[in-house]
Amino acid sequence: MLRGLWKLTWIEIKVFMREPLGAFGTIGFPVVVFLVIGRVAGRNIPAPSLATSGFLRVGLPVLVALLIAVSSVISLVTIVSIYREGGILKRLRATPLRPQTILTAHVIVKLALTAATLALMVLAGKRYYPIGIHVPWFGFTIALLISTLCILSIGFLIASIVPTARFAQPIGAAILYPMIGISGLFTPLDSMPPVLHAAALALPMTYAVSLLGGIWKGDAWSAHRGDVAALALVFFVCTALSAKVFRWE
Amino acid sequence: MNNLKSPRPVIQVSGIRKTYGRTVAIDEVSFEVNDGEIFGLIGPNGAGKTTTMECIEGIRTLDRGTISVLGLDPFRQVYKLQDRIGVQLQQAQLQKRIKVWEAIDLWASLYKKKPADAERLLDQLGLADKRDAWFMNLSGGQKQRLFIALALINDPEVVFLDELTTGLDPQARRAIWDLVRGIRERGKTVFLTTHLMEEAERLCDRVAIIERGRIIDIDTPQRLVDRHCPERTVVLATDDLTAEERFRAIPRIESLERSDMQFTIRGRGEDLVTEVIHCLSENRMRVTDFRMIVPNLEDVFLKLTGHSIRD
Repeated sequence: MLRGLWKLTWIEIKVFMREPLGAFGTIGFPVVVFLVIGRVAGRNIPAPSLATSGFLRVGLPVLVALLIAVSSVISLVTIVSIYREGGILKRLRATPLRPQTILTAHVIVKLALTAATLALMVLAGKRYYPIGIHVPWFGFTIALLISTLCILSIGFLIASIVPTARFAQPIGAAILYPMIGISGLFTPLDSMPPVLHAAALALPMTYAVSLLGGIWKGDAWSAHRGDVAALALVFFVCTALSAKVFRWE
Repeated sequence: MNNLKSPRPVIQVSGIRKTYGRTVAIDEVSFEVNDGEIFGLIGPNGAGKTTTMECIEGIRTLDRGTISVLGLDPFRQVYKLQDRIGVQLQQAQLQKRIKVWEAIDLWASLYKKKPADAERLLDQLGLADKRDAWFMNLSGGQKQRLFIALALINDPEVVFLDELTTGLDPQARRAIWDLVRGIRERGKTVFLTTHLMEEAERLCDRVAIIERGRIIDIDTPQRLVDRHCPERTVVLATDDLTAEERFRAIPRIESLERSDMQFTIRGRGEDLVTEVIHCLSENRMRVTDFRMIVPNLEDVFLKLTGHSIRD
């Protein structure tokens, strides 16, 4: 039973919004950057019907979505380790709050922020990237939620084992960003050296990219059963592992 | 009034041991805490106070031994237990930017029982005008009072307070002591740890002295002093020329020192003072100064461990 979940979630959102850079840094900043780039580069972007704009049409939206997801996961890793170092996790634990309630509240906060940022980006992007109009938004949102949950579980595993809060952010970034690099988003998997190819196939980000890109292009879900299964597998393995090794103090 | 009924233990600790790696934090620790008393676990930093308390609260596992709190196993039935106890942890923090009322509101929502009247609690703890303040902007004393409020929000049967006045100024400390006595008056049991002997002496009905992970002795502060430090000293000044001779005749005195007109009389047991006063009045001696030096828990600790608690 998740007693206190909604109250804790709401308080965590409020506390986060009170951070000097909390709301703007997470939601506002990406949108502003996006708008500025759009204004500067907007006129130079070739018409969407051109075959050469493949990355722009599919790769860029997927990249943006993943970056939002990864940055919110990294901020989750940081918050969990700060809470641990400050004894907040321990204090919450000495109440009838279940551990999973505390963690679920944080996941909900991060998912909500991811969704809010994505929605703002879409609104802002509509002006500059008219290609997005026929995109299956509902399906894409679901795909992003699945991908984010999977990345979150990796984040929790990192949060469970980072020694101090100071290392949380760099370690999280060092693990997650390279995963995007070899996910097949920039270089097709087939043209990678065999070692990188094998690594890419072992990493969940590759499946997230495949799922997000496919859904964005309008693929049927049935074509991406393998991706969803891979993401779910990583989610369950990482969640089970972090439940074993998570430290409260 | 508690003396009239036979004491009912609400906490029973029996032979517990806890190690961290190769360090033995506590070993063979056993004691009972009775319903409605303030029980103090006293000892220097690192003696095992917090470890013992956290094992009882169910947030640490034991290596050996058993604990029962309100008839529950604190580790296996931790959620059931946490519904009925209130906990203040040493050096705990809350979210920097959480408001006082938000913390109270959150805590109140966590318990099955109908929560205590939050507004009244804030009022009693002198936090009413701070209800909209962020946690990070509270003073040390205000933070501690908030933690006490959180520990009391579920109207708990047993309240755990770990080093709750550490870092507070003497005035704030006294105010907190009054609050703790108030908790007992409402029929709650209080289990606290402290390394301040004065705090233990003024607040606790019974104390257990812990040193290097082991309990050395348990009793009321008064009985501990009587048992381990029965020495009594009377210092008085008189210009009576026969004084020295008469004092020497007092039964059971162990030493008599004189410096000018001031006498220091040492002996054992409560009777010493009675004997001295009897001698003074019988001989109608004029006394210009009269002081008693009574040992306290600090002296008991020194005697039992061979070092001061501050070392």
